[in-house]
Amino acid sequence: MKNNRIQAPQIIILSYLILLAISLKFVDISYIDIINESLVKWVMNGVLVLSLIPMINVGAGRNFGLPIGISAGLIGMCIVLEFKLQGFTGLLLAMILGGIIAVFFGYVYSIILNRLKGNEEIIGTFAGFSFIPIMNFFWTLAPFKNRQMLYPVGGKGLRPKINLENYFGGVLDNLLQVNIGKLTIPLGLIIFFLLLGIIVYTFQKTRIGITMEAIAENETFVKLSGININKYRSIAIIFSTVLASIGIIVYSQSYGFIHLYDGPFMMAFPAVSAILIGGATRNKATVFQALFGTYLYQTTFLISVPVANALLIPEMSEIIRMIVTNGIILYAFLYERRVKVDEKV
Amino acid sequence: MRKYKAYYVTFFFLIASAIGISLAGVSSDFILGELYARFVRNSIFLLALILPIMAGMGINFSITIGAIAAQIAMVIVIDMQLNPVLGFVVTIILSILLSVILGNVIGYLLNKAKGKEMIASMVIGFLGTSIFQLVFMVGYGTVIKPFNEDTLLTRGIGIKSMLDASAFKNIYKGILTIKVGDVYGSLIPIFMVLIVGLFVYFITKSKLGHHIRAVGTDMALSEKLGINVDRIRRTSIVLSTVLASLSQIMFVQNLGILNVYTGHLNIDIFSAAALLVGGATLKRATIKNAFLGLILFHTLFIVSPLAGQNVFQNAALGEYFRSFLAYGTIVFALVMNLRYQDDEI
Repeated sequence: MKNNRIQAPQIIILSYLILLAISLKFVDISYIDIINESLVKWVMNGVLVLSLIPMINVGAGRNFGLPIGISAGLIGMCIVLEFKLQGFTGLLLAMILGGIIAVFFGYVYSIILNRLKGNEEIIGTFAGFSFIPIMNFFWTLAPFKNRQMLYPVGGKGLRPKINLENYFGGVLDNLLQVNIGKLTIPLGLIIFFLLLGIIVYTFQKTRIGITMEAIAENETFVKLSGININKYRSIAIIFSTVLASIGIIVYSQSYGFIHLYDGPFMMAFPAVSAILIGGATRNKATVFQALFGTYLYQTTFLISVPVANALLIPEMSEIIRMIVTNGIILYAFLYERRVKVDEKV
Repeated sequence: MRKYKAYYVTFFFLIASAIGISLAGVSSDFILGELYARFVRNSIFLLALILPIMAGMGINFSITIGAIAAQIAMVIVIDMQLNPVLGFVVTIILSILLSVILGNVIGYLLNKAKGKEMIASMVIGFLGTSIFQLVFMVGYGTVIKPFNEDTLLTRGIGIKSMLDASAFKNIYKGILTIKVGDVYGSLIPIFMVLIVGLFVYFITKSKLGHHIRAVGTDMALSEKLGINVDRIRRTSIVLSTVLASLSQIMFVQNLGILNVYTGHLNIDIFSAAALLVGGATLKRATIKNAFLGLILFHTLFIVSPLAGQNVFQNAALGEYFRSFLAYGTIVFALVMNLRYQDDEI
């Protein structure tokens, strides 16, 4: 149980959560509302966090290049919107199309990462950053015809925020909703999320998954036993990218908008922070850690918004969110190094 | 051919600049004037990156923190309403003091994250930005009492996002005036840049410089030779931070407006990209690289939105192109450098 012991990030976030939960009593908002919203927020961001797992477990670091997978999902959704598909057909087709594009993107991404083992995180960050302007070109020039997606004036180029209300906004959220008193549980959404979690979990238990785990632990040894490491890394990176593309589709349907252009820019950092809160290390992450970390992370910041508003400083919640997010990532970089030194001695 | 490999990006930028200038259809006077401003504003940032590269720490993305130190000093000085010349001197002293302190902190943190300095320094930059925002957006007016109520937002909490620094802008007015292109500037900032350039040059040639280079070449061996590796690395970061803060002062002085919350953003990326365009690698950077890169990178930066406007009737495309260039250059440099590193081993 070495992986699950409570460390500084968890202590900080838990005490912050408790502090906020207590201060919530003085603000005029019921706990039930917060719980309802926290469940939606959990899944909304959870799939993106889940998508980090395959890459961590193959030893390719935390995927700071998340915008690449996200862009694939965004393209999938835009194509579906172009054909004005609604409801579940639209959602599922967007996932399939996004997934196919993500396979291609992930393959190219994996070629870059396989050349630079050990430096995936910095490369991933900049690969993700530089991918955004490339996609901006696409959003501006792609020949989409649906007027609801284009800039209202001029009719050229996609608008930065496309409303999903008439298409598939909230279809998963509203699926199989169970009402117990005031408590609303989005059962369909949670089942979908857990299903993805189970897929990732079972993948780790297959032959391929176990080999990946071995690569993360001792690459040289696995290489000597005649296994093509790059092939396994590619599979993991492609899997991560596909999950990220599904993640953004789930995110967008909850959010109600497709956020193009600079929307995905900083999305990798909250996701990485969430999985670190869950207790993931550099080369080992479990589905449970992703689920737990996301819930803790998202709920904390969900509560902080009304509290900050009550203090009349609305910016505060966002600033503290950024401090905690980056602080946890930085802590991970500093702490991991220490572990490594200990092992050598 | 191998000798010229480092200059591939440089040649690409040379050709792209030539094409960009011809497409943009602007006068050479305009470009020269803009280049003067950018030379004054940005060159010391590039010089600040050289020492950490020599120390083997890669690109120091936390020069943002140096810029923040200067921003803090300037907010305080503007708040105190000192007269321009005295204020300018106080700004310089205060920002050097602050950046020495902050530089030591960054150096300490980066020494704990050996091998991951680049991504860690980037996260430090983000974290520092958030903490800075917390202090000035939330702290001012609540905990910290300003000297002058006019610097606060109307609600009484938080510094205004833009402060007038025109007093600094006029500080060299009428002294050693020269005409560059269509801009009347002063020679003093140019001298300042050259002095700092010479300063960095002499540091690289001094005993400290040789130690820095030794640490950059082989950390373990330097340790055995009796060099205090951690101390040398910290010194190079402190120097880098101090230079960055000086550069930010030059930047605001030239611009005449202090963008409190956004003035320091992205300078790390653009400076790093410009330095790499000049032919620097992640292991070796010289002052020549800095000046060459500055001119090439910024020429393309000036003309690309105009070229986009002329060719596609859309200035945004030029914007995307140049942010792609900034990030893409860094990715390219990372891919090339880190791969050669492997080849050598």
